[in-house]
Amino acid sequence: MKKLIAILSLALLPLAGFASSEGPELESADIDLTDHAAMQRGAKYFVNYCQGCHTLKYFRYERMQDFGLTKQQIKENLLFDKTKKVGDLMTNSFDPEQAAGWFGAAPPDLTLTARLKPGGGDWIYTYLKGFYKDDSRPFGVNNVVFPNVGMPHVLLDLQGMQEAVIETDEHGNKHVKELKLVQPGKLSPEEYDQVAKDLATFLTHVAEPMKLERQRIGFWVMLFLFIFFIVSFMLKKEYWKDVH
Amino acid sequence: MSRLIEWIDERYPLTKVWKEHLAEYYAPKNFNFWYFFGSLAMLVLVNQIVTGVWLTMNYKPDADLAFASVEYIMRDVNWGWLIRYLHSTGASAFFIVIYLHMFRGLIYGSYRKPRELLWIIGVVIYLVMMATAFFGYLLPWGQMSYWGAQVIVNLFAAIPVIGEDLSIWIRGDYVISDTTLNRFFALHYLLPFILAALVFVHIVALHKVGSNNPDGIEIKKGPKGNRWSPDAPADGIPFHPYYTVKDIVGVAGFLIIFLAIVFFLPEMGGYFLERPNFEPANPLKTPEHIAPVWYFTPFYAMLRAVPSFGGTQVWGVLVMGASIVILFFLPWLDKSPVKSIRYKGPIFKVMIALFVIDFLVLGYLGMKPATPGRTLVAQIGTIYYFLFFLAMPIYSKIDKTKPVPERVTQ
Repeated sequence: MKKLIAILSLALLPLAGFASSEGPELESADIDLTDHAAMQRGAKYFVNYCQGCHTLKYFRYERMQDFGLTKQQIKENLLFDKTKKVGDLMTNSFDPEQAAGWFGAAPPDLTLTARLKPGGGDWIYTYLKGFYKDDSRPFGVNNVVFPNVGMPHVLLDLQGMQEAVIETDEHGNKHVKELKLVQPGKLSPEEYDQVAKDLATFLTHVAEPMKLERQRIGFWVMLFLFIFFIVSFMLKKEYWKDVH
Repeated sequence: MSRLIEWIDERYPLTKVWKEHLAEYYAPKNFNFWYFFGSLAMLVLVNQIVTGVWLTMNYKPDADLAFASVEYIMRDVNWGWLIRYLHSTGASAFFIVIYLHMFRGLIYGSYRKPRELLWIIGVVIYLVMMATAFFGYLLPWGQMSYWGAQVIVNLFAAIPVIGEDLSIWIRGDYVISDTTLNRFFALHYLLPFILAALVFVHIVALHKVGSNNPDGIEIKKGPKGNRWSPDAPADGIPFHPYYTVKDIVGVAGFLIIFLAIVFFLPEMGGYFLERPNFEPANPLKTPEHIAPVWYFTPFYAMLRAVPSFGGTQVWGVLVMGASIVILFFLPWLDKSPVKSIRYKGPIFKVMIALFVIDFLVLGYLGMKPATPGRTLVAQIGTIYYFLFFLAMPIYSKIDKTKPVPERVTQ
């Protein structure tokens, strides 16, 4: 058995995480995929602040039922384009070509951002909190996790403006040491953190809506397989009695 | 029932096949852990074919629709996410199982006479499998799909004189495009059936020569007579029911690991499903780091390790090709008087241990961006990879072997 474990661990060695430490450090959003209230608030912020430019073009409005909203609630509160049905995908009427002209690049679809970016929901959380004043940029802001991002700080009136404390390391490279709130917004820093966390939670859910379901089913599958393993092992023992 | 079987037997050798290949196929009784991977490879092949056919029912091989159709499968098709994860995890599982299956052949000398052809058919299966995986990886039409395919097809462009035209012929275009996606889809659907046919041929060859075993002893040459038949090898037992029930245990153990990944870690930390592939293919935006999927990285590391000289990069491509082709010659490179590692000498044991480490290190380096230090390690690794095979005629001859027993050991 020891040999078997050694062999298996050898086989799995190349798969063991060679965690890459590229990119800036992310703040943990501590995302809870059972927090339906956070997702509902996140969805509200998304349709109000993000959907003007960004789509969720693989996600249907009606799937918001998964986190406790009714079709009626979705239609009345979250579906602004009245030509759309609740079963439609969350697109917008923003012309990508025009957008590319305005921002330098078309605003990306956000359905899979939480699976695309290293750190997932934590990346989104840190990104939303990471805007700071930079007059060299077209919209006057830059971002700690997405340097030279083309997007303006859409949540500026909520968060307020931050300034970066720049630090120069021994190699002469400049990087952002910390961000300081210089001009408060409508929300307190704690309230803004919650907004960022709600959006990150919503987008993490949207990236893989079946995640909790697959884990729930996976538990029963594992339970079955352990029993099946024991039964098949006993069957083998019984048959092989006369060989040994 | 028996009359029906009789009726069939007069027209088709049903009972004969059942007996020759299962109930009266005598396999050595001392198979160990390493002998699970043949049947597991077949299981994974069936999984890939079945889930693949079902994915096809909703997948759209069109550059404008492919990415969205995969997300449609993940979200809107009933159990689509499960079918897709079974397929994507199955691809990696297939390579893990096959690498372990090949390693088994390597340590017990299963490629030695009279099993040379069996081994060669196996290497052909491995080649077809690599092609299938390569074609399939383009289909989700993510960034890594696109740029990975771009890099690999460009390898053919390095061939002198015909290279440029050859790469255009493969793509059907000057870059990877909708045309390429369509033909890769066609080939990805075709090759698994060729693979299944090759597996059939592999098993026919196996049953002609009989299975090797951890002792590397020919049970057919040993004494005759066992409980089931007076002419059967004394150390053989009927494949069915003994190895069928044993393989079920292997299947259960395999499924525990495989389905744990499917249900709890389908991305496997970015090694089975890579993060950049969650963004649709964009011909205008090159990802900062392009690497093939983990199962190709040892060969990719060897490709990159070879410097270009004489104004061409073809040497790396040739080295990479040679690293596979050399496997065909393995049966004639091993000059040891014994087959199994159990009776081989210390030189072989050291050489093969280093070979395993070398393969894993190359695999790791192939995933990482190249630095001068890493390239040096990859160069040493490449030299050792070939040394293991090319020096085998020498070290396998001078190695101090142990005497092989008459009968298999338990």
